[in-house]
Amino acid sequence: MDTLMHAPKTAAKNANAPLLEVSNLSTEFATYAGTLSAVDGVSLSLQPGEVFGIVGESGSGKSVTALSIMGLIKKPGRVTGGTVRFKDEANLLDKTPAEMRKIRGGQISMIFQEPMTSLNPVFRIGWQIAEVLQIHREMTRTEAWERAIHLLDRVGIASPAKRAREFPHQLSGGMRQRVMIAMAMACAPSLLFADEPTTALDVTVQAQILDLMVQLKEEDGAAVMLITHDMGVIAEMAQKVAVMYAGVVMEEATVEELFDSPLHPYTQGLLDSIPRKKSRGQSLKAIPGIVPNLLHLPTGCRFRDRCAAAHSACALADPPLQTMPNSTRKVRCWLHHPEPPK
Amino acid sequence: MRNYLLKRLAQTIPVLFGISILVFSMLHLAPGDPADLLLGPDATPEAVEDLREDMGLNRPLIVQYGAWAGRIVQGDFGRSVVLNRAVLPEVMKRFKNTLILTAGALAFAVVFGIGIGILAAKFHQTVFDSAAMLVALAGISMPTFFTGIAAILIFAMGFQVLPSSGMYPARGGDFFDLMRHLLMPAVTLGAVSAAILARITRSAMLEVIQQDFIRTARAKGVSEDKVVWIHALRNASITIVTVLGMQIGYLLGGSVITEAVFSWPGLGQMMVRAIQARDYPTVQGGVLIIAMSFVFINLAVDLIYAWLDPRIRYS
Amino acid sequence: MTTVSSLDSGAVAPVSARESLFARLKKNRLSLFGGVLVLLAVFMAISAPFLPLQDPDAVDASSRLAPIGAPGHLLGTDELGRDILSRMFWGGRITLLVSIAATLIAMIAGTFLGLVSGYFLGWTDTVISRGIDVLMAFPYFLLALTVIAILGPGLLNGMLAIALVNVPFFARIIRGSTLSLREADYVLAAKGMGAGHSRILFRHILLNSLPTLVVATTINLGFMITAAAALSFLGLGVQPPTSDWGTMLASGRQYLSSAPHTSYLPGLAIFLTVLGFNLLGDGLRDALDPRMRD
Repeated sequence: MDTLMHAPKTAAKNANAPLLEVSNLSTEFATYAGTLSAVDGVSLSLQPGEVFGIVGESGSGKSVTALSIMGLIKKPGRVTGGTVRFKDEANLLDKTPAEMRKIRGGQISMIFQEPMTSLNPVFRIGWQIAEVLQIHREMTRTEAWERAIHLLDRVGIASPAKRAREFPHQLSGGMRQRVMIAMAMACAPSLLFADEPTTALDVTVQAQILDLMVQLKEEDGAAVMLITHDMGVIAEMAQKVAVMYAGVVMEEATVEELFDSPLHPYTQGLLDSIPRKKSRGQSLKAIPGIVPNLLHLPTGCRFRDRCAAAHSACALADPPLQTMPNSTRKVRCWLHHPEPPK
Repeated sequence: MRNYLLKRLAQTIPVLFGISILVFSMLHLAPGDPADLLLGPDATPEAVEDLREDMGLNRPLIVQYGAWAGRIVQGDFGRSVVLNRAVLPEVMKRFKNTLILTAGALAFAVVFGIGIGILAAKFHQTVFDSAAMLVALAGISMPTFFTGIAAILIFAMGFQVLPSSGMYPARGGDFFDLMRHLLMPAVTLGAVSAAILARITRSAMLEVIQQDFIRTARAKGVSEDKVVWIHALRNASITIVTVLGMQIGYLLGGSVITEAVFSWPGLGQMMVRAIQARDYPTVQGGVLIIAMSFVFINLAVDLIYAWLDPRIRYS
Repeated sequence: MTTVSSLDSGAVAPVSARESLFARLKKNRLSLFGGVLVLLAVFMAISAPFLPLQDPDAVDASSRLAPIGAPGHLLGTDELGRDILSRMFWGGRITLLVSIAATLIAMIAGTFLGLVSGYFLGWTDTVISRGIDVLMAFPYFLLALTVIAILGPGLLNGMLAIALVNVPFFARIIRGSTLSLREADYVLAAKGMGAGHSRILFRHILLNSLPTLVVATTINLGFMITAAAALSFLGLGVQPPTSDWGTMLASGRQYLSSAPHTSYLPGLAIFLTVLGFNLLGDGLRDALDPRMRD
């Protein structure tokens, strides 16, 4: 890869400085029935080049977390609190819309779930990729177009010069997602949000897209925040994982820790619901019940209605997310708390 | 695109045929003898008999239609009973004036209607949005003739800034005079279309803004103005153009009323007089010219539509 | 994807389907206002013969073009000294009568054509649809002029002309709803139970298209009033001595500078009535058939 495309590497002041540090992020949506907290005090931190997975059922707030960090929350939603440190920036949440636009698509970019609807149907795909380069790299139209063809080639699209002139409806779902990736990686971002990037695709295509993402991220040194409900994708891709439920992080650990010894009953439930070789022949276990209505959360722990291990303490108070002794992993459950309420 | 063009051209043939049948049958559907109708009340019985022979009124209708269509294709639209002159040149002279009026109205409707619609969508749920939509609803409900009369009352009689009738001053005039005379009639004729376009544009834009690809554009760092004016508008324009085509038909037909209010020397005024005088050749010529031009305008609109929507262009 | 909408859907209390039409309309103050305007126009039309109004055709050469508030003439008089207030009531009666009758004709003819072509499809549909295409190939008002050119000017002919112009409007809407309803489960079930074509068409499909039809008719009434008044304004509709709001406006136009109220009063009446139908139509559409939103 030519170095022109790489963002100038800022000399790290501190080798361990995180790329992204989110603390106490809260996002609310005003509805007719009342205000609901879609994201309720989420804290996360990402190292450069790391793949960080966020997993949870739909409605858990994982996508809203990403959109909040990107500054893409639209009315009736509103980010109500927290800080987002990114590189040397003190707080992305304090930035003006114009300042955020310089960061979005350049240093932070995003891939969405629906490749069928995420591309604009009336513009040529080459144009749509070139547009990012014109915004963030100040390229001329011709330069950007040629660069777009090069990027299409890089994401594995055959005869890219011809494809660049085509419209989204002429491409398959997998190809469209490759175009989305080309667009997201166009300016060599240091952080990429991938929101269910393979969910809408055929199983055979899913693996190809994931491989492509790994390859590009390795080449460009980008960190990835991978949002999915698919534990299999997490196991394959991520180094660290946060499990989200009803707007909060329930457990955070490395992939090995999480899969080997899940601490939270909810994580255990999620893991039990994926098919494995060793459990062949046994029936899959699903977590009973559904994600609670965010307007009417149960008192105490928000998972207790569906939890097999729920006990009296769980109804009394909402457990805090606390770090386990002698470890970096965190869990939000009275079972693992030294002093549960009585 | 070539296939689409050919298909679309082929579709106009039955429509043109249908229009010609309807215009041809006007004479036969109307009460009375076609030859009498064509020559008017002052004609001598000999002349009527000659014409009957000429038109072959005793022959089968299909033969008569063939002969009539043959004459039309050669540009022979018959003679006006009232003016006693060939119809086609008279109709074309008036039609030019109607086109000037219609074009002015269209320009007003497009600029103001679409412009206000976009701004209302951009400032959705603000005072501007509500006020614009209220004005648009009132605009849709204003009958053209009332708008025109109100405009004359205010601008021609009240402030006395604009002329109330005609295309040029009596002594003749230049392009600037024409524009001065055109302003009120064009705005009057275009008001309803502008209101309809504003409503359609707003709702099309609001729908497009909800789409995933708009979020993609924002995620790319595209400025809010470009999101609205390029990414969203280009998609909404597909809906807008469809409605625009219908509005051109409304303007062409509705110009009759505006012409009457402002004494605009257009084809519409000529046709109203011809209908009252039962001058059938003139009516037939006028209907045929307007309907046929509308067919070709619709064809052009559909081609623009296909050009705007690659899903049609490349299928 | 957890989008805003998926979050909302779980949280917003669903609007009760059983909430009455009136209750839903009542929430929309604008359409309620529209309803009041419509009722007012209808009241004027119905009550004209029963109110102590002056003879609308009584000519009084001594008080021509009297202004608003003139003694004995609340809204003044026209160029022949006829009482404008009385003429507004009687003229409104004609305008509404012609428009409502034309709408009914267009609705019945259009609905029938739409039902038949959408249900039977095949050559029936081809013939009807091509016919509708030809009608729609004419610019809106030109078709009405053509019909009048054939039949001659007059109240009845004008009514038939504007009715014909609006047949495609109904035919297209009903054809569309028939196309989607003919595949509906209950229609298939009725067919399976041996129901005949006419029973399916009128009992099942028409009944279920009724909300769409009500909305379309209300919106169409606004067009019709404008079109009827426009024909009269051009002298091609209602002929003297009968007069409606359109002819009143046309004759008042000669006296714009000396007595503007002779034209703006009937103009205002047309505007407010059309506005009423449009507001009511918008409200009904939102309440009954949100899919029809433009």
